[in-house]
Amino acid sequence: MIRIDSVTKRYPDGTVAVDRLSLEIPDRSITVLVGPSGCGKTTTLRMINRMVEPTEGAILLDGADVRQQPVNTLRRSMGYVIQNAGLFQHRTILDNIATVPRLLGWDKRRARARAAELMERVGLDSALAKRYPYQLSGGQQQRVGVARALAADPPVLLMDEPFSAVDPVVRKGLQDELLRIQGELGKTIVFVTHDIDEAIKLGTMVAVLRTGGRLAQYAPPAELLSAPADPFVEDFLGADRGIRRLSFFTSAGLELTSEPVVDVDATAEQIAAAAAAGTPYLLVTDRDGRPLGWSEPGELTAGAVDPDRLLSPGRPFEQGRDSLRAALDGAVLSPTGWAVAVDGTGKVSGVVSQAAVGEAIRAAHAEDRTDAKVAG
Amino acid sequence: MNRFFDLPSDLQHSWFGLIGLHLREALLPVLAGLLAALPIAQLCVRFRWLYPPVLGLTTVLYAIPSLAFFVVLIDYTGQTELTVMIPLAVYSLVVLVPAIVDGVRSVPQETLAAATAMGLGPVRRYLQVQLPIAVPAIIAGLRVATVSSISLVSVGMLIGNQGALGNLLNDANIYHRPELAVNSVLTTAVLAILADGALVLLRLLLTPWMPRRTGRPARVAEAARPDTATPADAAVPALEDAAR
Ligand SMILES: Nc1ncnc2c1ncn2[C@@H]1O[C@H](COP(=O)(O)OP(=O)(O)OP(=O)(O)O)[C@@H](O)[C@H]1O
Ligand SMILES: [Mg+2]
Repeated sequence: MIRIDSVTKRYPDGTVAVDRLSLEIPDRSITVLVGPSGCGKTTTLRMINRMVEPTEGAILLDGADVRQQPVNTLRRSMGYVIQNAGLFQHRTILDNIATVPRLLGWDKRRARARAAELMERVGLDSALAKRYPYQLSGGQQQRVGVARALAADPPVLLMDEPFSAVDPVVRKGLQDELLRIQGELGKTIVFVTHDIDEAIKLGTMVAVLRTGGRLAQYAPPAELLSAPADPFVEDFLGADRGIRRLSFFTSAGLELTSEPVVDVDATAEQIAAAAAAGTPYLLVTDRDGRPLGWSEPGELTAGAVDPDRLLSPGRPFEQGRDSLRAALDGAVLSPTGWAVAVDGTGKVSGVVSQAAVGEAIRAAHAEDRTDAKVAG
Repeated sequence: MNRFFDLPSDLQHSWFGLIGLHLREALLPVLAGLLAALPIAQLCVRFRWLYPPVLGLTTVLYAIPSLAFFVVLIDYTGQTELTVMIPLAVYSLVVLVPAIVDGVRSVPQETLAAATAMGLGPVRRYLQVQLPIAVPAIIAGLRVATVSSISLVSVGMLIGNQGALGNLLNDANIYHRPELAVNSVLTTAVLAILADGALVLLRLLLTPWMPRRTGRPARVAEAARPDTATPADAAVPALEDAAR
């Protein structure tokens, strides 16, 4: 565990970058430092590997002050990923990744073999091994940065806005990849970002810092969204935190109905039976049970359903795996106001109305409050 | 044509001998200048305040005419090659120090921070990161220093025929053989072009990591003295392109 104990950093020019910060960073999980530009995130991160020395206070790694180790030994035991990757432009991708193993005295072959293994782990094609950084895209460079930090298998990973320089699609891919790798490796990760959505997506714990380097709130993301400590945190979380909070509620409890669902070969009787359910629209599936689209019952002729004339089924959600946010999103986006639920294979397991999703949200909130009371 | 290479015996060298001598007198000072410039530049990078005065000093030294240098040095080193080479080494600093400083400073902040974060100490950081990334700038500086040094060696003829190929100019005058002057100028120019080409090749070999198509390293030509311009300067871009 990393313990930041009442740490203050005052730069020589008088700037107080971090002010009496105390944090307990749990092992084998992702702790995110988030806050507006200049609030001391990088400074905090760099005090952990002593690139910046605290003015007051101490940082303890598994109970021992980080200042007790030789500085370069400490740094080699912590992976560091920097914004824009900070790759060595004069070294090949493989040699970039092999840097720390080489510093630790591994022979060249072993270091390179390890580097090749890591390229695979972070999803880089082995054909890139002999290339130089300028021949890679920004997203690929970031992957190399992550692989380089992981090369010597350090227990701690420090990441400073590692994904901020890439476009949103690539960023989402990198975030998912990080979560996958973390699932496999279980590192103690300290992750800096100014993007609150990234913090909420990645963090097990999130520390919100305010300008002047003061801690505003330190909590798991769901708690941050449901109970921001003060107006600053609330403001920082943004307008739609209610919606985003739904990401933390499972869709497992939603009550689905399959009454208004018919398949493309449905007989006139089946269509009539489905219409009798009273919903204004019916969902048509293909022969394998995958959603094709919505139609008013009167528009459907048995044996002659034209898939091109159906209304889009919207974006189906997977019950159990996706959150209430995905279910609500599906219902809001659907032209009929009904969300389509599918199982793991993409087969329709039922449909659910906006009203029913709303009911589930109210129920989830109520349960959350009871939990909070019990816990408090 | 045979009179072209028929050198007067007072030169005590064949044409090839003069070429060897010329290269030695021109290149050793550049090498010495490089060895001196590396630590000086590193100090200037480390202590920023040092850079302006060092730059001023090298410029002042560069402004001293070689003849004045000879007058001072001749008391110590006599009419020898060394008397010619010392000023040349000093002159090369005016190009090499800023080239190295700019090169080392061109290393991106995040690259340096990454190196520090991975546990590279200051010496490793310098040798494994800053210096290799500064190679294109250093070689750009070396090109200017080398070409200028090759052309400047000739003034050594003023102190007892220590000017290698430059001595031919003196003999052309004494023996009324203008073809010797032509020989001197052409040979010097060709040497300059070849030396420059060799440095371009060296850079290409040392920097496989540089984008080949876009952006070539900025040459530090502004630092060169106008009177050092040789035919080589015009030929340089063509040669560089040919080497690609
Ligand atoms: N070397 C330094 N000397 C003086 N002040 C500094 C130094 N480094 C950072 N600061 C100041 O300390 C404060 C915190 O800087 P820091 O880099 O930690 O912020 P940050 O939260 O990482 O910001 P960003 O999101 O913009 O990266 C800022 O006000 C910054 O100007
Ligand atoms: Mg920062």
